[in-house]
Amino acid sequence: MRYLKSMFSSKNRARTISFLMVIVFYAIIQSAIATRSISSLMKGMMVPLCAYVIAALALNLVVGILGDLSLGQAGFMSVGGYFGATVATLALQHVNNELLVLLIAVLAGALIAAVFGVIIGVPILKLQGDYLAIVTLAFGEIVKTIVSNIYLGFDENGLQFAFVNDTTRLSSTGTMIINGPIGLSGNARISTFTIGIVLVLLTLIIIYNLMYSRQGRAVMAVRDNRIAALSVGVDVSKYKLMAFVVSAALAGAAGAFYCMNYSTVSPAKFDFNTSIMILVYVVLGGLGNMNGTIIATAVLLILPEQLREFKDYRMVIYAIILIAMMIITNNQKCRNVLEKIKDGIAKIFRRKKGAADHE
Amino acid sequence: MILLSSLINGLSLGSIYALIALGYTMVYGIAKMLNFAHGDIIMVGAYVAFFASFSFGLPAIVCIILAIVACVLLGVIIEGLAYKPLRQAPSLSVLITAIGVSYLLQNSSQLLFGSATKIFPSLLGNGSFKFFDGKLSVPYLTILTIVVCVLIIIVLQWFINHTETGRCMRACSEDKGAAQLMGINVNRTISATFAIGSGLAAVAAILLCSMYPSISPTLGSMPGIKAFTAAVFGGIGSIPGAFLGGLLLGLIETFSNVFISAQLSDAIVFTVLIVVLLVKPTGILGKKISEKV
Repeated sequence: MRYLKSMFSSKNRARTISFLMVIVFYAIIQSAIATRSISSLMKGMMVPLCAYVIAALALNLVVGILGDLSLGQAGFMSVGGYFGATVATLALQHVNNELLVLLIAVLAGALIAAVFGVIIGVPILKLQGDYLAIVTLAFGEIVKTIVSNIYLGFDENGLQFAFVNDTTRLSSTGTMIINGPIGLSGNARISTFTIGIVLVLLTLIIIYNLMYSRQGRAVMAVRDNRIAALSVGVDVSKYKLMAFVVSAALAGAAGAFYCMNYSTVSPAKFDFNTSIMILVYVVLGGLGNMNGTIIATAVLLILPEQLREFKDYRMVIYAIILIAMMIITNNQKCRNVLEKIKDGIAKIFRRKKGAADHE
Repeated sequence: MILLSSLINGLSLGSIYALIALGYTMVYGIAKMLNFAHGDIIMVGAYVAFFASFSFGLPAIVCIILAIVACVLLGVIIEGLAYKPLRQAPSLSVLITAIGVSYLLQNSSQLLFGSATKIFPSLLGNGSFKFFDGKLSVPYLTILTIVVCVLIIIVLQWFINHTETGRCMRACSEDKGAAQLMGINVNRTISATFAIGSGLAAVAAILLCSMYPSISPTLGSMPGIKAFTAAVFGGIGSIPGAFLGGLLLGLIETFSNVFISAQLSDAIVFTVLIVVLLVKPTGILGKKISEKV
């Protein structure tokens, strides 16, 4: 009982709600799949949804907790995805267990993205604000361009690699893994919804543990007031780098998991627009609020698909909703109106309750 | 010879980037926001000029003026409807709103004009200068682009430094609160900035589409990102910086296109940007802002 109480104490409430939400969502979808009351379109969206939730949670760590704007989340997904898928294709030659291969791919994706996180993170943490945003944007574009020029395949002579021009000349039994602008080809489709949910839960554990640890408090202190944090002896760049690298690694894992759901993935899939899309999930969900991120990702990813009936107008509607949401939640006048409506509703309820008490 | 022609081509591409970058940098300097919809204003300008010329057969000069007027109006309307209510909001919310506006412009023009690529009419004339017995031919358009850009920069510098509105703009970019206390209408100044930036975007649109004559609803996004890069490159908020950054970006892109690899030119441009920012974290001509406690 005491354990249950501590789960819902003010400190742990957000964490408990996150886990419950994900598990309940999983139960609902699984029972819907079992009773066949879910369309195949929706069913097919579950794995990408998990991948985007992980990437968005990771971005929230940088934007919400660290307080720095990053526009290169898709770049880390791309690096992790391409490396992870390559490792998976090679591993499948020797290992028969799909689950094991998927885990290896996800780990490999996380690792390589973490390495890139360090490479990018060490120099740019000198920069601040919008300059950090532009470097991460540039990183995403560089990754996209370079990945579109990689040709990698293997045949009985081993791995063949070429850059810019396809000179791999595989023998007839060879397989192309990365085919320039076409991207990944011939992936094994081994990602499953269940593994996705497990990965989301793992991500939540990592992020919450980080948030409520000594390091997490240091990171948030840096966000709220850099100079104050510096003056009480917080090693700003160390903690910033740590949060940035963790975020990159999680995005890399998400990328690998995403790529293993499709047989082909083109490098253009992870472009600037994808980074922006993930940023929109994070901002609409609420900065630093992991529950909000999960809900916003689920709603915004599924909403455009559900609006397919209005297919020409759906993106226009989406854009208008986005602008309206931002104005309503940020404009003082709109806020005042909202407060008044809230007060009014509360008053009606109070009156009813009061009347009931009198009787 | 190829060196000289790439130099001229690079300068002309750079001039276009500089014109777009001016819009980014002026808005950033005064409203402290990244206007991601700026690239899409270019696209609207291109479509207006296209329909004026193609559907109504208007003379070139009228098409150009129409495009500029349409973009100026659009810029002011967007500012008034979407950005003005968010003056006090955190910068990230404004950024997301700008992204929303960008989506809105792209998708509505896809609805209105279709997603198929259209061929932009040659409004500015063909033909070229011949140098060195015809070994080097430079299109009129290339020279015109450079000349127009340089003229605009000179006029803009004069405008910022010697007119009433320009003075208001400089005051607002220094300190909005103090400017308001001195009786400057901050809202009107910000609208004027958007108007100028969008007008420059229309000029850039016509020059850009005359150089690469195919237009589609997503035409503005890549030049937009590049010009944004150019603005940061030169030091965002600084007008000479935007000019220098645009020219350098155009030169780097053209040279890596010709001498290294066409496929990799984007990667090279962005790598140079990262290196420059690491050496000089506020861009080439950026001001060093000291932190106040």
